[in-house]
Amino acid sequence: MNDGSTPNRWKRYDHWDEKPLAQDRFAVEDAEHGFCAVASPWDPAPGLVIEGGRIAAMDGKPAADFDMIDSFIASHHIDPEVAVEVMAIDSTDLARRLVDIAVPRAELVRLATGMTPAKLAEVVGKLSAAELTFAQSKLRARLQPGNQAHVTNAKDDPIQMAADAATAALYGFDELETTVRVARNARTCALALTVGAAAVRGGVLVQCSIEEAEELRLGMAGLTSYTETMSVYGTEDVFIDGDDTPWSKAFLTAAYTSRGLKARCTSGAGSEVLMAFHEKKSMLYLEARCLCVQRGMGVQGTQNGGIDGASVAGSVPGGVKEMFAENVMAALLDLECASGNDTRHSHSDMRVAARVLPPLLAGTDLICSGFGSIAGYDNSFALSSFNGSELEEYLALQRDYMVDGGLAHVPEDAVMAARSSAIEAISAVLEELELATVTVAQKASVLHAHGSQDTTTYSLGAVAAINHAMEDKAVNLADVIAALHRRGFDVVAENLLVMARQRVAGDYLQTAAVIRGGKVVSAVNQPNDYRGPGTGYTPDGLRRDALARMRTQIGRPDVMAAEGRIGDEERRAFRLVPKGTAAKGEDLREVVIAVSPGFGAELNKTTGECRHSEVLRMLTQGIAEGGGTARIVRIRHTADTSFMGLTGARLAGSGIAIGIQGKGTTVIQKAGLAPHTNLELFPQAPLITLAHYRQIGANAAAFARGESPEPVVIPPYGDALGAKFHVRTALLYHIEADLADPTAEPEDLDLVFSD
Amino acid sequence: MSSPTDADLYPVAERRPDLLTTGTGAPLDHLTVENLASGSAGQADIAISADALRLQARVARGAGRSRLAENFERGAELVAVPDAVVLEIYELLRPGRAASIDILLQAADGLRRDYGAERIALLVEEAAATYLRRGLFRRRF
Repeated sequence: MNDGSTPNRWKRYDHWDEKPLAQDRFAVEDAEHGFCAVASPWDPAPGLVIEGGRIAAMDGKPAADFDMIDSFIASHHIDPEVAVEVMAIDSTDLARRLVDIAVPRAELVRLATGMTPAKLAEVVGKLSAAELTFAQSKLRARLQPGNQAHVTNAKDDPIQMAADAATAALYGFDELETTVRVARNARTCALALTVGAAAVRGGVLVQCSIEEAEELRLGMAGLTSYTETMSVYGTEDVFIDGDDTPWSKAFLTAAYTSRGLKARCTSGAGSEVLMAFHEKKSMLYLEARCLCVQRGMGVQGTQNGGIDGASVAGSVPGGVKEMFAENVMAALLDLECASGNDTRHSHSDMRVAARVLPPLLAGTDLICSGFGSIAGYDNSFALSSFNGSELEEYLALQRDYMVDGGLAHVPEDAVMAARSSAIEAISAVLEELELATVTVAQKASVLHAHGSQDTTTYSLGAVAAINHAMEDKAVNLADVIAALHRRGFDVVAENLLVMARQRVAGDYLQTAAVIRGGKVVSAVNQPNDYRGPGTGYTPDGLRRDALARMRTQIGRPDVMAAEGRIGDEERRAFRLVPKGTAAKGEDLREVVIAVSPGFGAELNKTTGECRHSEVLRMLTQGIAEGGGTARIVRIRHTADTSFMGLTGARLAGSGIAIGIQGKGTTVIQKAGLAPHTNLELFPQAPLITLAHYRQIGANAAAFARGESPEPVVIPPYGDALGAKFHVRTALLYHIEADLADPTAEPEDLDLVFSD
Repeated sequence: MSSPTDADLYPVAERRPDLLTTGTGAPLDHLTVENLASGSAGQADIAISADALRLQARVARGAGRSRLAENFERGAELVAVPDAVVLEIYELLRPGRAASIDILLQAADGLRRDYGAERIALLVEEAAATYLRRGLFRRRF
């Protein structure tokens, strides 16, 4: 027999080979070639020799042999006084302090200023994944976590850019990062990003990732407000191949600062392996070097945790844990941490969701250093862990654990209003500054677009023309604010002014600063003060309510309203007329249909979408076809299927009854059986069709004749019915349970169809 | 000098706006939509001043962040340095751009002489010494 599978092979492998995980390639651990998450045999032992107040040796290497990274760390990171103290403390002892609620963040941050890279890697490397999560809760710089979005599109289209920026701002992203498919489109996209975000609120930080000189120019024109593209590497050779040195990056950091731009470095496991010069060191040790350099440069924060090398880091044993350990190390060094979770490290959704959990549960300053808020195919960086398609899944994860990952549900009318406002604002700016005209068709296509495949708008070439015009006119933030004012977009103009004033004050240059409600929030004025249960940040009040909301939520009023609408139609289709208290029947062919308190009254449809009128029609037809006589009795003292069935069976002349709840759960019961035994039980109501009900009626009649019919089979194909049905099922059952009156007697009903 | 109470200046825009001036030396309140629209304020106003950065350095040091404070102080020195010079110095600091240590040392002298940028000059000199020791004065392309 050949069914297409490989002969002589367990067929489960064929099944696994079809799954996304099968595309992931896992690297064999191989420290000699750089595939090692932590504790490579070639990692140096921690150590520091200070002679005459100067560092004479660090991590086993004498100063004369220092490479440029060692030199920079020795002269700019290490505090010799603290180093004498902390290097003498056992690393296990230090690791325990990271998870000790009695040791405050400030003390750990102080100790870290004296730790060498090898010491940091050894200390942080001692923590389990759970311990890292707890340590991160304590070490995060800012009190309340945040998030950053990628906002890009495949056409570099400014109209869509503005609409998507507004959408991202509305969902709560503190920072928006864009980049472009064609380098010369950067100016247009930065403008659109800035204006789009301002259509929602003031102070959303924006950046355009592009070549350094151009990025500085965009920043100086006020079109962007932060940068995070300053790459730092853990070995000298890779740093040089990256075309920089710690000093050139330190200078660049100061340059961005001088132009009033918030700055963040980027580093992360995997880059040294990918660029071949890993020196056989572990990823965590190399990242420790990167982070010591960054702290020494005086940059306020970092984007780390894998980043572009995430799929390499994630391929080694313990690699995903290592990426999170990098985030914890950054926080320990008092750096704002945008904790990776941007470039997708796996084809498996399960691995992706599992990866985000530790930082999401612990809270980091920015959970994703690029959450793809747009359609996946529009992401000009790379596919993110989370994309526009997964945004609601992220909301669900926040809600499941009741943690604040920076985002919250937004109603559809608010989304549409924000997108519309952004489209109108960017169109006004483009027209007022005589950069481009925007057609009604363009606006309409963008308004409802999931992504650029839905839009009819500028070509890449046309966008380039806008960019040329922007360069010719040297368009800057002042021009944009003035243009918006002239066109009557004063709210958007005022929102942009928030950022202009910030540029003058520089408050948002401090560690972990974001702007919320028009005000700067940072590690200076809202430091993380978590010290164990009952302390730190917990979402409460309105924020908790916002995190709890989901687009697809239902409550009792929703169920009641839906039932009421069907009920109006059902009242016209049939009636159940009470005839008085039910007594034991005499007819030996008689099968009782024992209906629940709300069946065909308050409730009108099963969870399998069968109307109660049709269910009764099928049951009675089935009973008649099986040679029985149907008698309908309403059970009023209980809504429990088993007890309803048993009560009905005792009333039936044949001793056989069908018990059925409003939601459709059904049983065939026989008098004399124990309550929770039965002839046939059909618990999966969502799968029961009208044909099944007819067959159930026929089987009940067969039992009445004393036969033993073939059971009705309702095939469950392993469907996960719970998540789809259980909320409604429980609410429907509650309604019936509330209707039950323990003292009420069963009542005979006449079934009268209107047709 | 700084003290822990310097962190209380923060956020400066909310607590001490009187200490802030725009890029042209105007009071912060001068920066309004109306003034930008009328032209009495412009892009030159939407810029941070060296004084504001030194203030932020005091805040950072007050909050226990000495390295961040040092960066703000280096940034303050670069406020007056023209964009072209900033980009030129950055380029020189990249590996293999300067053919010899002298070029970097001359650049440091220029920064000190023309802009009083002492801290930046020290950074460049420190880079020069390290580049020499590590053989970075070599052509890469």
